[in-house]
Amino acid sequence: MWKLLQIELYKIFRRPRTYIAFGTIAALIIILQVGLKLDGQEYLDFMLNSLSKFDVSGTVLNGYMVCYVTLQMLLINVPLLVTLIAGDIISGEANMGTLRFMLGKPYSRSQILIAKFLAASIYTFLLLIWLAIFALLLNLVIFGTGDLMIFKSSYLVIINHDDIFWRYIGAFCFAFLSMTTVAAVGFLLSIFAENSIGPIVGTMSVIIFFTVISTLNIPMYNVIKPFLFVTHMNVWKEFFDQKADAHNVGIPGTLQNPQRIISSALVLLAHIVGLVSLAVYIFKKKDILS
Amino acid sequence: MKKMLILLFTVPFCFLAAAQDMTDLVKKVKTKLDQVNDYEATGVLKTDIVFIKAPVSKIKVYFKKPDKFRLKKDGGISILPKGGVSVTVTNIVDIASFVALAAGESTVDGYPVKIVKVLPSDENNEIVLATLYIDEKNVLVRRATITTRENGTYDVSLSYGSYSNYGLPDKVVFSFNTKDYKLPKGITLEFDDDVKSSDMDKLKNKKGKVEITYSSYTINKGIDDSVFK
Repeated sequence: MWKLLQIELYKIFRRPRTYIAFGTIAALIIILQVGLKLDGQEYLDFMLNSLSKFDVSGTVLNGYMVCYVTLQMLLINVPLLVTLIAGDIISGEANMGTLRFMLGKPYSRSQILIAKFLAASIYTFLLLIWLAIFALLLNLVIFGTGDLMIFKSSYLVIINHDDIFWRYIGAFCFAFLSMTTVAAVGFLLSIFAENSIGPIVGTMSVIIFFTVISTLNIPMYNVIKPFLFVTHMNVWKEFFDQKADAHNVGIPGTLQNPQRIISSALVLLAHIVGLVSLAVYIFKKKDILS
Repeated sequence: MKKMLILLFTVPFCFLAAAQDMTDLVKKVKTKLDQVNDYEATGVLKTDIVFIKAPVSKIKVYFKKPDKFRLKKDGGISILPKGGVSVTVTNIVDIASFVALAAGESTVDGYPVKIVKVLPSDENNEIVLATLYIDEKNVLVRRATITTRENGTYDVSLSYGSYSNYGLPDKVVFSFNTKDYKLPKGITLEFDDDVKSSDMDKLKNKKGKVEITYSSYTINKGIDDSVFK
Protein backbone atom coordinates (compact mmCIF):
# COMPACT_ATOMS: atom_id res chain seq x y z
CA MET A 1 0.00 0.00 0.00
CA TRP A 2 2.83 2.35 0.87
CA LYS A 3 4.45 1.59 -2.50
CA LEU A 4 1.17 2.37 -4.28
CA LEU A 5 0.92 5.66 -2.42
CA GLN A 6 4.47 6.60 -3.37
CA ILE A 7 3.72 5.88 -7.02
CA GLU A 8 0.52 7.96 -6.93
CA LEU A 9 2.33 10.87 -5.28
CA TYR A 10 5.08 10.65 -7.86
CA LYS A 11 2.47 10.77 -10.64
CA ILE A 12 0.84 13.83 -9.13
CA PHE A 13 4.00 15.80 -8.46
CA ARG A 14 5.84 15.05 -11.67
CA ARG A 15 3.21 16.91 -13.62
CA PRO A 16 3.92 20.63 -14.12
CA ARG A 17 0.21 21.48 -13.85
CA THR A 18 0.26 20.34 -10.21
CA TYR A 19 2.35 23.40 -9.40
CA ILE A 20 -0.17 25.80 -10.94
CA ALA A 21 -2.09 25.73 -7.67
CA PHE A 22 1.00 26.44 -5.57
CA GLY A 23 2.07 29.24 -7.89
CA THR A 24 -1.40 30.77 -7.97
CA ILE A 25 -1.68 30.81 -4.19
CA ALA A 26 1.77 32.33 -3.78
CA ALA A 27 1.11 34.99 -6.43
CA LEU A 28 -2.29 35.97 -5.02
CA ILE A 29 -1.00 36.25 -1.48
CA ILE A 30 2.05 38.27 -2.52
CA ILE A 31 -0.16 40.69 -4.46
CA LEU A 32 -2.39 41.06 -1.43
CA GLN A 33 0.61 41.59 0.86
CA VAL A 34 2.12 44.26 -1.39
CA GLY A 35 -1.23 46.03 -1.69
CA LEU A 36 -1.88 46.05 2.02
CA LYS A 37 1.67 47.00 2.90
CA LEU A 38 1.57 50.02 0.60
CA ASP A 39 -2.11 50.96 0.88
CA GLY A 40 -3.18 49.21 4.05
CA GLN A 41 -4.14 52.42 5.83
CA GLU A 42 -6.87 53.22 3.30
CA TYR A 43 -8.25 49.70 3.56
CA LEU A 44 -8.18 50.03 7.33
CA ASP A 45 -9.91 53.41 7.24
CA PHE A 46 -12.66 51.90 5.10
CA MET A 47 -13.02 48.99 7.50
CA LEU A 48 -13.11 51.22 10.59
CA ASN A 49 -15.32 53.84 9.00
CA SER A 50 -18.42 52.70 10.80
CA LEU A 51 -16.57 52.70 14.11
CA SER A 52 -16.30 56.47 13.88
CA LYS A 53 -17.80 56.83 17.37
CA PHE A 54 -14.92 54.83 18.82
CA ASP A 55 -11.21 55.43 19.25
CA VAL A 56 -9.40 52.37 17.95
CA SER A 57 -5.74 52.24 18.84
CA GLY A 58 -3.11 49.59 18.31
CA THR A 59 -1.87 47.69 15.30
CA VAL A 60 -5.12 46.57 13.69
CA LEU A 61 -3.54 45.63 10.36
CA ASN A 62 -1.17 42.98 11.67
CA GLY A 63 -0.15 39.56 10.36
CA TYR A 64 -3.08 37.75 11.98
CA MET A 65 -5.61 40.17 10.49
CA VAL A 66 -4.09 39.97 7.01
CA CYS A 67 -4.07 36.17 7.25
CA TYR A 68 -7.76 36.16 8.17
CA VAL A 69 -8.62 38.39 5.21
CA THR A 70 -6.49 36.15 2.96
CA LEU A 71 -8.21 32.99 4.12
CA GLN A 72 -11.65 34.55 3.62
CA MET A 73 -10.79 35.28 0.02
CA LEU A 74 -8.77 32.21 -0.88
CA LEU A 75 -10.68 29.42 0.81
CA ILE A 76 -13.57 30.13 -1.55
CA ASN A 77 -11.27 29.51 -4.51
CA VAL A 78 -8.99 26.75 -3.22
CA PRO A 79 -11.66 24.06 -3.98
CA LEU A 80 -11.05 24.69 -7.70
CA LEU A 81 -7.33 24.12 -7.22
CA VAL A 82 -8.06 20.90 -5.33
CA THR A 83 -10.41 19.55 -8.01
CA LEU A 84 -7.72 20.08 -10.66
CA ILE A 85 -5.95 17.08 -9.16
CA ALA A 86 -8.79 15.12 -7.55
CA GLY A 87 -10.98 15.28 -10.66
CA ASP A 88 -8.12 14.03 -12.82
CA ILE A 89 -6.96 11.20 -10.61
CA ILE A 90 -8.97 8.37 -12.26
CA SER A 91 -10.25 10.02 -15.43
CA GLY A 92 -6.72 11.13 -16.30
CA GLU A 93 -5.54 7.53 -16.20
CA ALA A 94 -8.51 6.48 -18.34
CA ASN A 95 -7.73 9.26 -20.81
CA MET A 96 -4.10 8.14 -21.12
CA GLY A 97 -5.13 4.50 -21.42
CA THR A 98 -3.10 3.40 -18.41
CA LEU A 99 -6.05 2.49 -16.23
CA ARG A 100 -6.46 -1.07 -17.42
CA PHE A 101 -2.73 -1.58 -17.24
CA MET A 102 -2.68 -0.30 -13.66
CA LEU A 103 -5.56 -2.58 -12.67
CA GLY A 104 -3.56 -5.54 -13.92
CA LYS A 105 -1.08 -5.08 -11.06
CA PRO A 106 -1.27 -7.35 -8.02
CA TYR A 107 -3.32 -4.87 -6.00
CA SER A 108 -7.05 -4.91 -5.45
CA ARG A 109 -9.17 -2.16 -6.96
CA SER A 110 -9.95 -0.96 -3.44
CA GLN A 111 -6.28 -0.62 -2.60
CA ILE A 112 -5.57 1.27 -5.79
CA LEU A 113 -8.46 3.64 -5.23
CA ILE A 114 -7.64 4.23 -1.57
CA ALA A 115 -4.03 4.95 -2.50
CA LYS A 116 -5.19 7.43 -5.15
CA PHE A 117 -7.50 9.16 -2.71
CA LEU A 118 -4.77 9.32 -0.05
CA ALA A 119 -2.43 10.84 -2.61
CA ALA A 120 -5.05 13.48 -3.48
CA SER A 121 -5.48 14.16 0.24
CA ILE A 122 -1.73 14.56 0.72
CA TYR A 123 -1.68 17.00 -2.20
CA THR A 124 -4.50 18.93 -0.51
CA PHE A 125 -2.61 18.88 2.78
CA LEU A 126 0.57 20.20 1.16
CA LEU A 127 -1.43 22.91 -0.59
CA LEU A 128 -2.79 24.04 2.75
CA ILE A 129 0.67 23.95 4.35
CA TRP A 130 1.82 26.15 1.46
CA LEU A 131 -1.13 28.46 2.11
CA ALA A 132 -0.28 28.54 5.82
CA ILE A 133 3.34 29.46 5.13
CA PHE A 134 2.41 32.33 2.83
CA ALA A 135 -0.80 33.51 4.48
CA LEU A 136 0.20 33.14 8.11
CA LEU A 137 3.95 32.88 8.65
CA LEU A 138 4.99 35.30 5.94
CA ASN A 139 2.32 37.79 7.02
CA LEU A 140 3.53 37.63 10.60
CA VAL A 141 7.02 38.48 9.37
CA ILE A 142 5.83 41.35 7.14
CA PHE A 143 3.05 42.84 9.28
CA GLY A 144 4.01 41.69 12.77
CA THR A 145 1.74 40.30 15.46
CA GLY A 146 -1.02 41.91 17.45
CA ASP A 147 -4.58 41.38 18.55
CA LEU A 148 -7.06 40.12 16.00
CA MET A 149 -10.13 42.25 15.44
CA ILE A 150 -12.94 40.59 13.51
CA PHE A 151 -16.27 42.03 12.47
CA LYS A 152 -18.98 39.44 12.77
CA SER A 153 -22.32 40.45 11.28
CA SER A 154 -23.76 41.74 14.55
CA TYR A 155 -20.76 42.20 16.82
CA LEU A 156 -17.04 42.78 16.96
CA VAL A 157 -14.58 40.30 18.43
CA ILE A 158 -11.12 41.19 19.70
CA ILE A 159 -8.85 38.24 20.44
CA ASN A 160 -5.61 38.68 22.39
CA HIS A 161 -2.41 38.22 20.39
CA ASP A 162 -1.30 35.31 22.60
CA ASP A 163 -4.60 33.53 22.05
CA ILE A 164 -4.60 33.40 18.25
CA PHE A 165 -1.98 31.02 16.90
CA TRP A 166 -3.70 27.85 18.14
CA ARG A 167 -6.92 29.08 16.53
CA TYR A 168 -5.18 29.27 13.16
CA ILE A 169 -3.86 25.72 13.62
CA GLY A 170 -7.44 24.61 14.26
CA ALA A 171 -8.76 26.63 11.32
CA PHE A 172 -6.22 25.14 8.91
CA CYS A 173 -6.99 21.63 10.17
CA PHE A 174 -10.67 22.30 9.57
CA ALA A 175 -9.93 23.76 6.14
CA PHE A 176 -8.07 20.53 5.36
CA LEU A 177 -11.23 18.57 6.19
CA SER A 178 -13.27 20.89 3.98
CA MET A 179 -10.89 20.64 1.04
CA THR A 180 -10.60 16.87 1.42
CA THR A 181 -14.39 16.71 1.13
CA VAL A 182 -14.12 18.64 -2.13
CA ALA A 183 -11.40 16.21 -3.21
CA ALA A 184 -13.74 13.32 -2.38
CA VAL A 185 -16.47 14.81 -4.60
CA GLY A 186 -14.01 15.24 -7.46
CA PHE A 187 -12.67 11.74 -6.82
CA LEU A 188 -16.15 10.20 -7.09
CA LEU A 189 -16.99 12.07 -10.29
CA SER A 190 -13.62 11.12 -11.75
CA ILE A 191 -14.66 7.48 -11.82
CA PHE A 192 -17.44 8.16 -14.32
CA ALA A 193 -15.40 10.08 -16.86
CA GLU A 194 -12.57 9.42 -19.27
CA ASN A 195 -11.67 13.07 -19.48
CA SER A 196 -10.62 15.32 -16.58
CA ILE A 197 -12.66 18.37 -17.67
CA GLY A 198 -15.97 16.69 -16.83
CA PRO A 199 -15.18 15.83 -13.20
CA ILE A 200 -13.49 19.19 -12.57
CA VAL A 201 -16.39 21.20 -13.97
CA GLY A 202 -18.84 18.82 -12.33
CA THR A 203 -17.25 19.25 -8.89
CA MET A 204 -17.27 23.04 -9.17
CA SER A 205 -20.88 22.94 -10.38
CA VAL A 206 -21.85 20.84 -7.37
CA ILE A 207 -20.13 23.32 -5.02
CA ILE A 208 -21.70 26.36 -6.66
CA PHE A 209 -25.14 24.74 -6.73
CA PHE A 210 -25.07 23.69 -3.08
CA THR A 211 -23.51 27.00 -1.99
CA VAL A 212 -26.37 28.95 -3.56
CA ILE A 213 -28.93 26.70 -1.85
CA SER A 214 -27.16 27.00 1.51
CA THR A 215 -27.18 30.81 1.35
CA LEU A 216 -30.84 31.07 0.34
CA ASN A 217 -33.06 31.86 3.29
CA ILE A 218 -36.08 29.98 1.94
CA PRO A 219 -37.77 27.74 4.54
CA MET A 220 -38.18 24.71 2.28
CA TYR A 221 -34.43 24.59 1.66
CA ASN A 222 -33.51 25.12 5.30
CA VAL A 223 -34.38 21.48 5.93
CA ILE A 224 -31.62 20.15 3.67
CA LYS A 225 -28.97 22.76 4.51
CA PRO A 226 -27.51 20.88 7.52
CA PHE A 227 -26.82 17.92 5.23
CA LEU A 228 -24.95 19.86 2.55
CA PHE A 229 -21.18 19.76 2.95
CA VAL A 230 -20.84 23.35 1.68
CA THR A 231 -22.86 24.56 4.69
CA HIS A 232 -20.11 23.26 6.94
CA MET A 233 -17.08 24.30 4.91
CA ASN A 234 -16.96 27.82 6.37
CA VAL A 235 -17.10 26.69 9.96
CA TRP A 236 -13.34 27.30 10.27
CA LYS A 237 -14.39 30.87 11.16
CA GLU A 238 -15.83 29.56 14.44
CA PHE A 239 -12.26 29.24 15.68
CA PHE A 240 -12.15 33.04 15.69
CA ASP A 241 -14.85 33.70 18.22
CA GLN A 242 -14.76 33.36 21.98
CA LYS A 243 -17.22 32.93 24.80
CA ALA A 244 -18.15 35.95 26.86
CA ASP A 245 -19.09 36.24 30.52
CA ALA A 246 -22.27 37.87 31.85
CA HIS A 247 -20.79 41.32 31.10
CA ASN A 248 -19.92 40.42 27.49
CA VAL A 249 -16.20 40.38 28.36
CA GLY A 250 -14.36 37.89 26.15
CA ILE A 251 -12.90 34.81 27.84
CA PRO A 252 -9.49 34.00 26.33
CA GLY A 253 -8.77 30.42 25.34
CA THR A 254 -12.41 29.59 24.64
CA LEU A 255 -14.51 28.97 21.56
CA GLN A 256 -17.98 30.45 21.28
CA ASN A 257 -19.43 27.40 19.61
CA PRO A 258 -17.19 24.31 19.90
CA GLN A 259 -20.17 22.02 19.37
CA ARG A 260 -20.73 23.49 15.93
CA ILE A 261 -17.11 22.86 14.99
CA ILE A 262 -17.31 19.25 16.14
CA SER A 263 -20.64 18.55 14.43
CA SER A 264 -19.52 20.17 11.17
CA ALA A 265 -16.26 18.21 11.27
CA LEU A 266 -18.26 15.00 11.71
CA VAL A 267 -20.55 15.90 8.81
CA LEU A 268 -17.54 16.52 6.57
CA LEU A 269 -15.87 13.31 7.73
CA ALA A 270 -19.08 11.43 7.01
CA HIS A 271 -19.15 12.95 3.51
CA ILE A 272 -15.55 11.90 2.91
CA VAL A 273 -16.11 8.34 4.09
CA GLY A 274 -19.42 8.10 2.24
CA LEU A 275 -18.16 9.52 -1.05
CA VAL A 276 -14.94 7.48 -1.08
CA SER A 277 -16.82 4.30 -0.09
CA LEU A 278 -19.32 4.92 -2.89
CA ALA A 279 -16.47 5.51 -5.32
CA VAL A 280 -14.77 2.27 -4.30
CA TYR A 281 -18.06 0.34 -4.52
CA ILE A 282 -18.87 1.65 -8.01
CA PHE A 283 -15.32 1.24 -9.28
CA LYS A 284 -15.16 -2.36 -8.10
CA LYS A 285 -18.20 -3.24 -10.15
CA LYS A 286 -17.31 -1.13 -13.16
CA ASP A 287 -16.15 -2.55 -16.46
CA ILE A 288 -12.98 -0.75 -17.47
CA LEU A 289 -13.18 -0.45 -21.23
CA SER A 290 -10.75 2.41 -21.90
CA MET B 1 -40.87 97.85 57.48
CA LYS B 2 -37.18 98.49 58.02
CA LYS B 3 -36.66 94.83 58.98
CA MET B 4 -38.54 93.74 55.86
CA LEU B 5 -36.28 95.86 53.65
CA ILE B 6 -33.14 94.46 55.29
CA LEU B 7 -34.43 90.90 54.73
CA LEU B 8 -35.34 91.70 51.12
CA PHE B 9 -31.79 92.86 50.36
CA THR B 10 -29.89 90.13 52.22
CA VAL B 11 -31.74 87.04 50.87
CA PRO B 12 -30.43 87.41 47.28
CA PHE B 13 -26.89 87.79 48.66
CA CYS B 14 -27.35 84.46 50.47
CA PHE B 15 -28.09 82.76 47.17
CA LEU B 16 -25.19 84.59 45.54
CA ALA B 17 -22.92 83.43 48.32
CA ALA B 18 -24.09 79.84 47.71
CA ALA B 19 -23.16 80.09 43.96
CA GLN B 20 -19.73 81.47 44.81
CA ASP B 21 -19.21 78.55 47.16
CA MET B 22 -19.68 76.10 44.26
CA THR B 23 -17.08 77.87 42.16
CA ASP B 24 -14.73 77.78 45.12
CA LEU B 25 -15.40 74.07 45.57
CA VAL B 26 -14.63 73.36 41.92
CA LYS B 27 -11.45 75.42 42.25
CA LYS B 28 -10.46 73.43 45.33
CA VAL B 29 -10.76 70.25 43.26
CA LYS B 30 -8.68 71.89 40.53
CA THR B 31 -5.98 72.85 43.03
CA LYS B 32 -5.77 69.26 44.18
CA LEU B 33 -5.58 67.91 40.64
CA ASP B 34 -3.03 70.57 39.69
CA GLN B 35 -0.44 68.72 41.79
CA VAL B 36 -0.24 66.26 38.89
CA ASN B 37 1.62 67.54 35.83
CA ASP B 38 1.83 64.12 34.26
CA TYR B 39 1.41 60.49 35.13
CA GLU B 40 1.95 57.05 33.71
CA ALA B 41 -0.43 54.45 35.10
CA THR B 42 -0.75 50.71 34.70
CA GLY B 43 -4.10 49.08 34.92
CA VAL B 44 -6.68 46.73 33.53
CA LEU B 45 -9.34 47.62 30.97
CA LYS B 46 -12.70 45.85 30.86
CA THR B 47 -15.15 46.57 28.04
CA ASP B 48 -18.81 45.75 28.65
CA ILE B 49 -20.47 46.79 25.39
CA VAL B 50 -23.10 44.50 23.91
CA PHE B 51 -21.67 44.43 20.39
CA ILE B 52 -17.99 44.28 21.33
CA LYS B 53 -16.59 41.04 22.68
CA ALA B 54 -13.15 41.86 24.02
CA PRO B 55 -11.16 40.22 26.80
CA VAL B 56 -9.84 42.01 29.88
CA SER B 57 -6.61 43.76 28.89
CA LYS B 58 -3.57 45.12 30.63
CA ILE B 59 -3.07 48.73 29.66
CA LYS B 60 -0.89 51.76 30.24
CA VAL B 61 -2.42 55.20 30.56
CA TYR B 62 -0.47 58.38 29.99
CA PHE B 63 -1.53 61.88 30.95
CA LYS B 64 0.22 65.21 30.53
CA LYS B 65 -1.08 68.65 31.34
CA PRO B 66 -3.15 70.32 30.14
CA ASP B 67 -5.11 67.75 28.14
CA LYS B 68 -2.88 65.05 26.65
CA PHE B 69 -4.30 61.59 27.31
CA ARG B 70 -3.33 58.26 25.80
CA LEU B 71 -4.37 54.71 26.55
CA LYS B 72 -2.21 51.89 25.19
CA LYS B 73 -2.63 48.16 25.28
CA ASP B 74 0.75 46.42 25.01
CA GLY B 75 0.94 44.67 21.64
CA GLY B 76 -2.81 44.86 21.28
CA ILE B 77 -5.89 46.76 20.18
CA SER B 78 -8.03 48.89 22.42
CA ILE B 79 -11.42 50.21 21.40
CA LEU B 80 -12.99 52.95 23.48
CA PRO B 81 -15.92 55.32 23.01
CA LYS B 82 -14.66 58.53 21.49
CA GLY B 83 -14.25 61.47 23.81
CA GLY B 84 -15.43 59.52 26.82
CA VAL B 85 -12.40 58.01 28.43
CA SER B 86 -10.12 60.87 27.47
CA VAL B 87 -12.46 63.52 28.90
CA THR B 88 -11.35 63.42 32.49
CA VAL B 89 -12.33 65.42 35.54
CA THR B 90 -9.16 67.44 34.92
CA ASN B 91 -10.60 68.62 31.59
CA ILE B 92 -13.69 69.87 33.34
CA VAL B 93 -12.08 71.75 36.20
CA ASP B 94 -9.49 73.19 33.80
CA ILE B 95 -12.12 75.02 31.78
CA ALA B 96 -11.01 78.64 31.79
CA SER B 97 -14.36 80.24 32.27
CA PHE B 98 -17.40 78.51 33.64
CA VAL B 99 -20.45 78.89 35.81
CA ALA B 100 -20.83 76.45 38.69
CA LEU B 101 -24.32 76.13 40.09
CA ALA B 102 -25.40 74.20 43.14
CA ALA B 103 -27.91 71.48 42.31
CA GLY B 104 -28.44 69.89 45.67
CA GLU B 105 -26.83 67.14 47.67
CA SER B 106 -26.70 63.40 47.42
CA THR B 107 -24.74 60.30 48.44
CA VAL B 108 -22.35 58.36 46.22
CA ASP B 109 -20.90 55.07 47.51
CA GLY B 110 -21.78 56.12 51.02
CA TYR B 111 -20.03 59.51 50.75
CA PRO B 112 -22.11 62.67 51.06
CA VAL B 113 -21.59 64.81 47.96
CA LYS B 114 -22.54 68.23 46.66
CA ILE B 115 -24.04 68.23 43.18
CA VAL B 116 -22.52 70.96 41.04
CA LYS B 117 -23.60 71.83 37.51
CA VAL B 118 -20.65 73.22 35.55
CA LEU B 119 -21.52 75.22 32.43
CA PRO B 120 -18.57 76.37 30.29
CA SER B 121 -18.93 79.99 29.20
CA ASP B 122 -17.24 79.25 25.88
CA GLU B 123 -19.96 78.11 23.47
CA ASN B 124 -17.41 76.19 21.40
CA ASN B 125 -16.14 74.07 24.27
CA GLU B 126 -16.36 70.34 23.61
CA ILE B 127 -18.02 69.94 27.02
CA VAL B 128 -21.53 71.38 26.97
CA LEU B 129 -22.54 70.54 30.53
CA ALA B 130 -20.95 68.62 33.39
CA THR B 131 -22.66 67.53 36.58
CA LEU B 132 -20.10 66.83 39.29
CA TYR B 133 -20.81 64.96 42.50
CA ILE B 134 -18.10 66.38 44.74
CA ASP B 135 -17.11 64.94 48.08
CA GLU B 136 -16.50 68.22 49.84
CA LYS B 137 -14.74 66.74 52.84
CA ASN B 138 -12.11 64.87 50.81
CA VAL B 139 -12.17 67.27 47.81
CA LEU B 140 -12.79 64.44 45.39
CA VAL B 141 -15.16 64.03 42.46
CA ARG B 142 -17.02 60.77 43.08
CA ARG B 143 -19.20 60.86 40.01
CA ALA B 144 -19.70 62.98 36.91
CA THR B 145 -22.22 63.18 34.10
CA ILE B 146 -20.61 64.83 31.11
CA THR B 147 -22.47 65.99 28.01
CA THR B 148 -20.18 66.58 25.06
CA ARG B 149 -20.86 68.37 21.80
CA GLU B 150 -19.75 65.60 19.46
CA ASN B 151 -19.84 62.39 21.43
CA GLY B 152 -22.98 62.30 23.51
CA THR B 153 -23.34 61.92 27.26
CA TYR B 154 -21.25 59.81 29.62
CA ASP B 155 -21.61 58.85 33.25
CA VAL B 156 -18.28 58.52 35.04
CA SER B 157 -17.96 56.84 38.45
CA LEU B 158 -14.67 57.20 40.31
CA SER B 159 -13.36 55.21 43.29
CA TYR B 160 -10.28 56.28 45.20
CA GLY B 161 -7.65 54.56 47.27
CA SER B 162 -3.91 55.04 47.67
CA TYR B 163 -3.68 58.03 45.30
CA SER B 164 -6.63 60.04 46.62
CA ASN B 165 -4.25 62.75 47.83
CA TYR B 166 -3.53 63.52 44.19
CA GLY B 167 -7.16 63.14 43.16
CA LEU B 168 -6.24 60.10 41.03
CA PRO B 169 -8.78 57.28 41.10
CA ASP B 170 -8.17 53.56 41.60
CA LYS B 171 -11.12 52.71 39.42
CA VAL B 172 -13.07 54.58 36.76
CA VAL B 173 -16.27 53.34 35.15
CA PHE B 174 -17.58 55.08 32.03
CA SER B 175 -21.19 54.37 31.09
CA PHE B 176 -22.91 55.49 27.90
CA ASN B 177 -25.95 54.71 25.80
CA THR B 178 -25.24 52.29 22.94
CA LYS B 179 -28.55 52.92 21.19
CA ASP B 180 -27.10 54.95 18.35
CA TYR B 181 -24.05 52.82 17.71
CA LYS B 182 -24.03 50.69 14.59
CA LEU B 183 -21.72 48.01 13.35
CA PRO B 184 -20.75 47.53 9.74
CA LYS B 185 -22.30 44.56 8.03
CA GLY B 186 -20.59 42.55 5.35
CA ILE B 187 -17.11 43.90 5.86
CA THR B 188 -15.84 40.39 6.53
CA LEU B 189 -18.63 38.69 4.52
CA GLU B 190 -20.13 37.05 7.61
CA PHE B 191 -23.56 35.96 6.45
CA ASP B 192 -24.26 33.17 8.87
CA ASP B 193 -25.14 34.99 12.08
CA ASP B 194 -27.96 33.42 14.06
CA VAL B 195 -28.94 36.47 16.12
CA LYS B 196 -32.17 38.08 14.99
CA SER B 197 -32.16 41.81 14.42
CA SER B 198 -35.05 42.34 16.86
CA ASP B 199 -33.00 40.68 19.62
CA MET B 200 -30.03 42.86 18.73
CA ASP B 201 -32.19 45.98 18.96
CA LYS B 202 -33.24 44.96 22.48
CA LEU B 203 -29.65 44.34 23.45
CA LYS B 204 -28.55 47.68 22.07
CA ASN B 205 -30.83 49.50 24.48
CA LYS B 206 -28.47 48.47 27.26
CA LYS B 207 -25.81 50.84 28.50
CA GLY B 208 -22.24 50.26 27.46
CA LYS B 209 -19.55 50.35 30.14
CA VAL B 210 -15.80 50.72 30.06
CA GLU B 211 -14.03 50.04 33.33
CA ILE B 212 -10.42 50.93 34.06
CA THR B 213 -8.88 49.65 37.28
CA TYR B 214 -5.54 51.29 38.00
CA SER B 215 -2.87 49.34 39.87
CA SER B 216 -0.16 51.99 40.07
CA TYR B 217 0.68 55.54 39.08
CA THR B 218 4.08 57.08 38.35
CA ILE B 219 3.47 60.77 38.97
CA ASN B 220 5.39 63.83 37.77
CA LYS B 221 8.38 61.95 36.35
CA GLY B 222 8.07 63.59 32.92
CA ILE B 223 6.53 62.08 29.78
CA ASP B 224 7.71 62.74 26.24
CA ASP B 225 5.16 64.23 23.83
CA SER B 226 5.90 61.47 21.33
CA VAL B 227 3.97 59.06 23.57
CA PHE B 228 0.75 60.88 22.67
CA LYS B 229 1.20 60.62 18.89
